[in-house]
Amino acid sequence: MIRRLLLSFAALAVSPFAAAQPIAIYGDTVWTGTSQGTITDGMVVIDNGRIVSVGPASGGAPSGATEVRAQWVTPGLISAFSRTGLSEVSGVDDANDSGAGSSPFSAALNAADGFNPEATAIAVTRLDGFTRLAVAPEAQSALFGGQGFLADTSGLPGSIFRERVFAFVVLGERGASISGGSRPAAWASLRGAFDDVRFFGARYMTHNEGNVLTRMDAQALMPAVKGDQLILFQASRASDLAAIMDFKEQNPSLRVAIVGADEGWMVAGRLAELDIPVIVDAFSNLPSSFSQLAATSENAMRLSQAGVTVAIVNLDNDSHLARLATQIAGNAVANGMDFDDAMRALTTAPAAIFGMTGLGILAPGARADVVAWDGDPLEVTSAPTAVYIDGDAQPMESRQTKLRDRYRTLDERQRPMAFKR
Amino acid sequence: MTCGAVMQFGKLCLVAVAALALAACEAPGSRDDEDAGKSPAENPFPSTYKPYPSQTLLIANATVLDGAGARIENGSVLIEGGKIKAVGADVTAPDGAVTLDARGKWVTPGIIDNHSHLGAYPSPGVDAHGDGNEISGPVTAEVWVEHSVWPQDPGFTRALAGGITSLQILPGSANLFGGRGVTLKNVPARTVQAMKFPGAPYTLKMACGENPKRVYGYGRGTTPGGAPYSRMGNVAGYRDAWIKAADYKKQLDKAESGGGDPPKRDLELETLAGALSGDILVHMHCYRADEMAQILDISNEFGYKVAAFHHAVESYKIADKLAEYGACSSMWADWWGFKMEAYDGIPENIPLVHNAGACAIVHSDSDVGIQRLNQEAAKAWADGKRIGIDVPIEVAWQWLSLNPAKSLGIEKETGSLEPGKMADVVIWSGNPFSSYAKAEKVFIDGAQMFDRNDPALQPVMDFELGHPGEGDRK
Repeated sequence: MIRRLLLSFAALAVSPFAAAQPIAIYGDTVWTGTSQGTITDGMVVIDNGRIVSVGPASGGAPSGATEVRAQWVTPGLISAFSRTGLSEVSGVDDANDSGAGSSPFSAALNAADGFNPEATAIAVTRLDGFTRLAVAPEAQSALFGGQGFLADTSGLPGSIFRERVFAFVVLGERGASISGGSRPAAWASLRGAFDDVRFFGARYMTHNEGNVLTRMDAQALMPAVKGDQLILFQASRASDLAAIMDFKEQNPSLRVAIVGADEGWMVAGRLAELDIPVIVDAFSNLPSSFSQLAATSENAMRLSQAGVTVAIVNLDNDSHLARLATQIAGNAVANGMDFDDAMRALTTAPAAIFGMTGLGILAPGARADVVAWDGDPLEVTSAPTAVYIDGDAQPMESRQTKLRDRYRTLDERQRPMAFKR
Repeated sequence: MTCGAVMQFGKLCLVAVAALALAACEAPGSRDDEDAGKSPAENPFPSTYKPYPSQTLLIANATVLDGAGARIENGSVLIEGGKIKAVGADVTAPDGAVTLDARGKWVTPGIIDNHSHLGAYPSPGVDAHGDGNEISGPVTAEVWVEHSVWPQDPGFTRALAGGITSLQILPGSANLFGGRGVTLKNVPARTVQAMKFPGAPYTLKMACGENPKRVYGYGRGTTPGGAPYSRMGNVAGYRDAWIKAADYKKQLDKAESGGGDPPKRDLELETLAGALSGDILVHMHCYRADEMAQILDISNEFGYKVAAFHHAVESYKIADKLAEYGACSSMWADWWGFKMEAYDGIPENIPLVHNAGACAIVHSDSDVGIQRLNQEAAKAWADGKRIGIDVPIEVAWQWLSLNPAKSLGIEKETGSLEPGKMADVVIWSGNPFSSYAKAEKVFIDGAQMFDRNDPALQPVMDFELGHPGEGDRK
């Protein structure tokens, strides 16, 4: 709260000057995510919330610009799949709005209603270079989890910049279990729900007579069924992925992406042909379930080489440690993925999947989400030194840094720790 | 000292035999045959592990971290008879030795994870495989996790590819006393006995905080579900059990000194009495600083020692007290926020604990994390550096090998590259504190058990045969 007040005062006080004052961010290495590629000794100039120029440092900063120096400069990273901001403490039910197992509704659940921009995990995620999040609800009451949204990580009101961006649908083992106990049950629910939407008028205008969905759920699912909204399916087994692709072929207008896809490499060619992007956790290399028997740490690399759009995320802890996607992408590189592809998996790929224009790239005219790093962003030893969202320098502190600073020394001779801030 | 009859094989005998063996094993590695020297009643599930054949091998021209705090550029490690023979900058290969040019590579001791549930919660994680928590009661010191370990867990091979050469398997944290842990060599085997680290002491898993009170007091759909309901109930539960164990141990001691018959055997009290006598090392799941401080008091009340607190996300708040007591903290690099008692986790926990002079350990508690504990250490190391705690990599490596070895009582045998120790060695493709480094070759007792570039040296578990992932790059 205090930070917000300070920020607003600061904005009031300096905004006339801020508008006139560009920032020049120099990087020994500047990764652009565009046809400009990677620039050695580069410079990114931002002004008024936008990127003004990207090029060699020899161009020199505009006069009056604030100058920032870093080893690496990248676009703000984008988390393609998380629950960040939906829970303060995952294991505390009252503080967790990710899912609703007892709700009578499913597809209508709007995850944005559960988002708290001030959740402590937001700042923690931002401090590791993530400026944008695609947030999905958990599917707990039915295979339809509800509506996902896009947010920035500023922690300020208005962080959500697009609601109802995708419908989240869980298939595979989890979808089977939640639909009554089998994959046939899951597919019956899915097809039944599609029929409910298509015959909405007949089924719901006078009575609530859907086969699967309530009136509200059918209404919420309508844009996805019409192909106006992305459907994000969660599935892992190759046969499940094949079934999703069959469904897509039977319903060509659908816009489909898949999260999980541990066995995606087995059907990579067809995913590429159908232009279905995938969101993977490149750490997944264990037969953790019978749907992941072919999991391999080369999945991301193989999918990428087959021409599939690949985003990389942390599915192991998607609320508080979404930020580990950089480590996971680095490991994908160690397992053969091209470095640029791994970087795209954290920037341009999620931007493309969710239609975030002007984000995930360093290009003139793009939104000024920029991160300055003390090293290669995919290295476990690197961290951001500055983070900009829409041109605003972000506070580099979180509840974690406050705890750290309080306990940096354990001297209580004069006063208890509680007085130290 | 002989223990002739089954009835005399109380804890006392185990205690005395183990003490003798410890006294006799000043020379590193001499424990190998210790298990064989005990009768089935003394040691009912003896290790049958034998090192696999190895050659005399000189790993040359590498950056060597000896694990004891030294870094040797352009260094060499000589392995002979499955043991470390020499480490240094000017080691020469004896006649008949194979020389491996490791220019550009890094060589370290094998990583030891002292917190794993591999085998007890194996892959695939189906209900039928849920063997890690005996939740039948809050005190189940009578169970031994080795009886749950499925040696065919594919997770062991993934850990091997991450440079893990030894690991402690623990029961879960549902109970106040979860049972005995077991220390394994990370070799594929048909039986768990063939993985057991020869002569390693047994350990006892205990748990603080939310888990026991959730599982018992508020668990299983019944109210009241039974004690403990609260943290104070947890503490009463520990003390109550220790009082019974102290009494049992007293009877054992009395019988030992000719003062009567030993008490009737009791699996639960045998384990607890073993912890009181120091033969069984106490490993305690505990997140919060205030709870750890109370556990230290309880250990003083009953005269046992806590070897390590596990998870210990708040160790940084009492690192001075932990250093003074001499307990290790087994920690994640950055896990936090998944439950209330993990809310105050910070990425600088490990370096702050190290900086206070306490024993810091990087652990996994995860079949994913165990595959790259070197990177977890690297994250903590880098986060420490950013706040001015500049620990050399060669010193930080103690978090991964020597300190966990100490917490498991196997530091005389392994955990560093020192002459006479087991040749548990990893050759890395580059600096292991990098996302891009891979364990290329892993040696256990001098035998090469993994090679990243040779499919013939990549174990495939039974479970994986005939599956679409069989033999694939993992």
